Amino acid sequence: MRALLTASTPASVHLAHASAWAVFAAGAVLILSGAIGVVLLRNPVHSALMLVVTLFGVALEFIDQSADFLAAVQIIVYAGAVVILFLFVIMFLGVDRKERFKREPFRGQKPLAVILGLITLAEILILSRVGNWATGQHSVAGDLYGPGTNIQKLGQSIYTRYLLPFEMTSALLVIAVVATVVLARQQSRAPGELTKDEQTVLPGSDVEVAGR
Amino acid sequence: MNGDPLFAHGLDLAVWVILVVKVIAVFAITLVSVLFMVMYERKAVALLGVRYGPNRAGPGGWLQSLADGTKLFFKESFTPARADKFVYKAAPYIALAPALLVMAIVPFGGTITVAGHTTRLQLADPPWGILFFLMCSGVAVYGIMLAGWASGAKYSLLASVRASAQMVSYEAVLGLTIATVVLVTGSVNTSAIVAAQHGGFLWHWNIIHTALIPFALYSVAATAEITRAPFDLVEAEEEISGGFNMEYSSIGFALFYLAEYANLVVQAALITTLWLGGPDGPRIAGNSIGPVWFTLKVLILLYIFVWIRATLPRFRYDQLMELGWKKLIPAALGMLMIVAGFQVGRWYGIGAFGGALVGWALLWRAIDIGRRASSMEVQISADAAVASSDPKAAR
Repeated sequence: MRALLTASTPASVHLAHASAWAVFAAGAVLILSGAIGVVLLRNPVHSALMLVVTLFGVALEFIDQSADFLAAVQIIVYAGAVVILFLFVIMFLGVDRKERFKREPFRGQKPLAVILGLITLAEILILSRVGNWATGQHSVAGDLYGPGTNIQKLGQSIYTRYLLPFEMTSALLVIAVVATVVLARQQSRAPGELTKDEQTVLPGSDVEVAGR
Repeated sequence: MNGDPLFAHGLDLAVWVILVVKVIAVFAITLVSVLFMVMYERKAVALLGVRYGPNRAGPGGWLQSLADGTKLFFKESFTPARADKFVYKAAPYIALAPALLVMAIVPFGGTITVAGHTTRLQLADPPWGILFFLMCSGVAVYGIMLAGWASGAKYSLLASVRASAQMVSYEAVLGLTIATVVLVTGSVNTSAIVAAQHGGFLWHWNIIHTALIPFALYSVAATAEITRAPFDLVEAEEEISGGFNMEYSSIGFALFYLAEYANLVVQAALITTLWLGGPDGPRIAGNSIGPVWFTLKVLILLYIFVWIRATLPRFRYDQLMELGWKKLIPAALGMLMIVAGFQVGRWYGIGAFGGALVGWALLWRAIDIGRRASSMEVQISADAAVASSDPKAAR
């Protein structure tokens, strides 16, 4: 794509525009069909798979915007780990059956969803009129075609300009991991089982254990 | 960043034809190498077991895998009644596609000139380079996981959950060790990684540049990632009566088989690219024979894979997870820090080494405490059970 854009002949420029449009359209179709599938399919596993389709569509759009690294990370992290965890949970909890709602689990859910969706759509349309970030340009923050690859530029800005937010995010993630380990290691007691503290509180007394 | 010289003068028909031929060639290389690999493995295992191995079909028995493949495709394709039809049919293809895709980013070495157009012996050199491989191995998990789930059988599901946990865990090690290579090279492009290792047999290779340990970690993790022996718990006949592909027959089974061996070949090619200099090697009679060196290295690696399979017994599942999370990942993380330190300067490197040592010691202590605490909890609950079942003894 980049080689096409830097080529000087007008024909290849036209070709580049056409292919960029084709890529955008393909990505948009993937995103929307995936999103519709997530909502409409009755089987949770199928919904999770449609979410993967959406993620691939988003990755495609990232590539179209020359955000290669973001596209790769999108697939590696979201499709390769997060949705896999979704699938784990779905399969372990045994909810991988078709759901058939006789009636809505939450009352008024549908009209609320429609209203919120309309508000979001209106926001996007207004912002695309008012703001200048939806102009169809490939980048507004800086020149993408200068020296250095996408990853080098990303690395430079993360480790210089955005170092503090980056470090804070990583600290947050470490805290989350430690908290998860602490929560997971709390072993659930069998009913009637005594902890060490309780045993020392009641020395030698008759403790009738229920359910044994 | 230098692209392929093929695109330097715009796109015309010849370029398109060359591109299509390259795509087909890489596809064919992968498939043919799978046919070869199946036989190579059986012959090598037979050699190590002092047997003949298959020796009937074709010269020396080398067409046996072709015969087996043909037989598989003509068998009845059976779908279990409880299977999720669509996902069941799709899963083998999802497993195979990433294995075939990764070969696209492997540089086989050098360039070739066809009809005035010079092109590299590498199908694609995307700016995200080696991340493409991590992406594909992330997606490869779906094939196995969905196969097990869609079969509608408990053993398949157990095997696939276990397999995907294994693959997701070991991907972390792959990522961390690849990061050391990227640090040393300064680029994620596979072509740049190979170019940086050029010149000087062995001495400039990443295996030496990163002090051997990341290479060892990567090799172990790659073996686990492609679920080869001794980490082939995905297909443990004794425990889960076959594995995730238990319910598959005919084409579905053949595709999984194909994916498994394609992954093996691709992994050998990637180890060569990342650590062993790719097509780097001495010139013979003034000619650069990159592809020959590349093939030679891949063959040696494949033999080592087979050798390991013929030698080592299978790991237990808890041993597998313990090795991955408590040993390989901390080691890879520490080595990443140390290599990064030495990239900055000698004293930074020594400092990072000290830091890594302290970190490893703390981690070892933490794991030890955790293990003791959990064994103590088990002891306490065992005591409580004894006490509650026998009230007199408690008094």
